[in-house]
Amino acid sequence: MSIYLNKDSKVIVQGITGGEGSKHTARMLHAGTNIVGGVNARKAGTTVTHRDNAGKDVELPVFGSVAEAMEATGADVSVMFVPPKFAKDAAIEAIEAGIPLLVVITEGIPVQDSAEFFALSQEKTGADGKPVTRILGPNCPGIITPGESLAGITPANITGKGGVGLVSKSGTLTYQMMYELRDLGFSTAIGIGGDPVIGTTHIDALEAFEADPETKAIVMIGEIGGDAEERAAEFIKNNVTKPVVGYVAGFTAPEGKTMGHAGAIVSGSSGTAQAKKEALEAAGVKVGKTPSETAHLLREIYPEHEESSAL
Amino acid sequence: MDLYEYQARDLFEAHGVPVLAGIVAQTPEEAKAAAEKIGGVTVVKAQVKVGGRGKAGGVKVAKTADEAFEHAKAILGMDIKGHTVHQVMIAQGADIAEEYYFSVLLDRSNRTYLAMCSVEGGMEIEQLAEERPEALAKVPVSALTGIDAATADKIVAEANFPEELRGKVAEVLVKLWDVFEKEDATLVEVNPLVKTGAGEIVALDGKVTLDDNAEFRQEGHGALVDERSEDPLEAKAKANDLNYVKLDGEVGIIGNGAGLVMSTLDVVAYAGENHGGVKPANFLDIGGGASAEVMANGLDVILNDAQVKSVFVNVFGGITACDAVANGVVQALEILGDKATKPLVVRLDGNNVDEGRRILREANHPLVTQATSMDEGADKAAELANASAQK
Repeated sequence: MSIYLNKDSKVIVQGITGGEGSKHTARMLHAGTNIVGGVNARKAGTTVTHRDNAGKDVELPVFGSVAEAMEATGADVSVMFVPPKFAKDAAIEAIEAGIPLLVVITEGIPVQDSAEFFALSQEKTGADGKPVTRILGPNCPGIITPGESLAGITPANITGKGGVGLVSKSGTLTYQMMYELRDLGFSTAIGIGGDPVIGTTHIDALEAFEADPETKAIVMIGEIGGDAEERAAEFIKNNVTKPVVGYVAGFTAPEGKTMGHAGAIVSGSSGTAQAKKEALEAAGVKVGKTPSETAHLLREIYPEHEESSAL
Repeated sequence: MDLYEYQARDLFEAHGVPVLAGIVAQTPEEAKAAAEKIGGVTVVKAQVKVGGRGKAGGVKVAKTADEAFEHAKAILGMDIKGHTVHQVMIAQGADIAEEYYFSVLLDRSNRTYLAMCSVEGGMEIEQLAEERPEALAKVPVSALTGIDAATADKIVAEANFPEELRGKVAEVLVKLWDVFEKEDATLVEVNPLVKTGAGEIVALDGKVTLDDNAEFRQEGHGALVDERSEDPLEAKAKANDLNYVKLDGEVGIIGNGAGLVMSTLDVVAYAGENHGGVKPANFLDIGGGASAEVMANGLDVILNDAQVKSVFVNVFGGITACDAVANGVVQALEILGDKATKPLVVRLDGNNVDEGRRILREANHPLVTQATSMDEGADKAAELANASAQK
C-alpha cells in the first residue's frame, strides 16, 4: 500500500516534449513509473522515445489534450511540466478532463492562477460529492512510492520501500530526510509545494497516511509562512493515532522577506517557525531542531521489528 | 512587492477608484510646486513601506505651498523605523465626514480571497479585529467570480453601511477588485476609505502588495521597484538571477532548494551558539542546476559581503549530482581566483557523493574543507568564522 500513487498508476506528462518534461519523463521511466503518454497540442500524433528501467526503448504517444490521452490510455495521473505562463490553462484542461491526480511541478505560477484552478477543481465533483481531481503542488517535487512509481522529480535512488510516510513543503528537505532514514524506507514521500496556494495540504496527506496500513510512522516537514502547520497540529491531535515527528525550517528568517519559496514569508508576527513548532509540540508531536535530530526522534518512536526492503 | 502609497494611489486612479489629487516629490522645491498645482490645503506624507509614519512625524498638513516646502524639507531624509524617506506625496486636503475600512487579500488558509470591511475605519486593522471583532465584516470571495456586484452588496450589508450609502460604496469595491485582479495583487487595502463632506466616497490611503510571480504579464510592474530601498548585494544577486536575501551574520550560506537552505541557516545559528554567537550571513538558493557559473556568481555575491568570515556550501545532490556540484565549486574558485579569500566548508550528500568528494579532495584547494554531514559542516563553518572574527 501507499498513498495517492502505486505501481498500477498510469501516468501522462503534460509538456512531455519540453526540456524539463523530456528529462524527467526519462527519469520517471527509469524509476519504474508506468508512463503511458504525454500531451502537447502542437505535436499531437507524434511519439517520443525513452528508455525504461529494463533498458528497453519505450515509444510514448503524444496527444492533443489530456482528455484524449485519458480516453486512449486510461491515464489516472498527470505530471505537469508547463511554464508558468501556460500553467493555468494546462491545469484547467486536466481538471476539465477529470484526471484523478494532477501533479503540478511548475514553479513561479501567479497565485491568482493557482487560486482559480484550485477553485475550479473544488467545483468539479464526482458522484460522491468529492472533487474529482486532487491537485498536488504547484511548485512541488511531486510524489514517490519507492519501488513502485514516481510522479515528479524526486531522486528515485535515495531509498526503497518501508514504513515511513513523509509530507513536506520542500523538495530538498524531503530528499535530505529520505536520506537520513534510508535504512527504514518509505511508504510514500510527498512534496506538497512551497506556494501560498496549494492543492494538497499537510492535513490531506496526514489523513491518507493514517488510513494507509503500510505507513507505520509519519514525518511532517513544514516551513515559515501561513498557518498550515498549526492547522495540521490540530488535526493530528484529534485524528492521527500513528506516531508523528515534525521539523520546521526558517527559525532565522527575518520578517517580511520571501525565503526562496513564494509562500515562505513571515508577515508581522504570523507564520513564524517558533509558533509552528509550539503548535506541533502542544499536539504531542516531537519536533527536531535539525533534520538529523528529527530523524533521530523518528527512530525513537518507530515501531520495532518491521520488515523493510529499504536499501 | 509592497508598493508605496503614491504608487497605490496611481493604480487606484488608473482603475477608476475615486482618489484625491496626489503628486510625488523628491525635493522641497518639487513639493512646493506640487502644492501650488493642487492648490488649497495639502498634506505632506512621507513615502515609506512601514506603518506608524504619522506618529513618527512623517505626515504634516500644509496650509500654503511654502508650508509644504518646509514640511517636505523636514520629512525628506527622515528615518522612520529604519526606513529612510526618499520621497513625499503632496496630497490634496480632504474634508472627512466618516472613515471606513476595506481590504481584499489572498486567504492562504482557505485557498481563496477574503474581503474585510468596517464602518469604523482609521485605526489599525489588527487593533479593530482584536477590540471590536463584531465591527469587522469578513466575506469570502470566490476566485472564480471575484467581487462582482452581488458580492459587493453582501460586503457593504454585512459591514452595516447605512442604506443610502451602500450602492455608492459597493461600486467602489467592485473597482478595487479590478485593481486586485488586473494588477495581480495579493493585497489591496484602503484605510481609510472616507465619505467627504459632500457625500463622496474616496480612497484616501492605500496599501497594495503585488505578486512577483506575475511579472511576466505585468510589464508596468518593473518600473515600480525602488532601487534605493534595495540592499546593494540583493540587487547584485537579483541581476544574476540568484535567490538571495541578506542577513546580519558572519557565515555565508549557499545551498540548493529553499527548504534546505532555510534549514541550513537554522543549523548554522545553532552551531554558532558554541562559537562566539556567529550567525548566518544570508539566504542563497542556487536551485536544482548548480552549474559552475551559478556557483561562481553566488560565491561572488557572498564574498562581497564584508561581514562574511566563512562560507558553508550545503548541497544535497538530487537531480544535479554531487560530482557536478563539486566541479562547480572547483571551477568557481578558479574563476574567482584571488577574489576568493575566505574559507569554504563544503558538505555534499546524495547522488554521486563519492565522486563529488573525490573531486574536491583531489583539487585540494587551500580554502576548502569538506564535511560529511550538515551538522558537522555547520559547526566547522561557525568555528572558522569565529576564529577569523577573533583575529
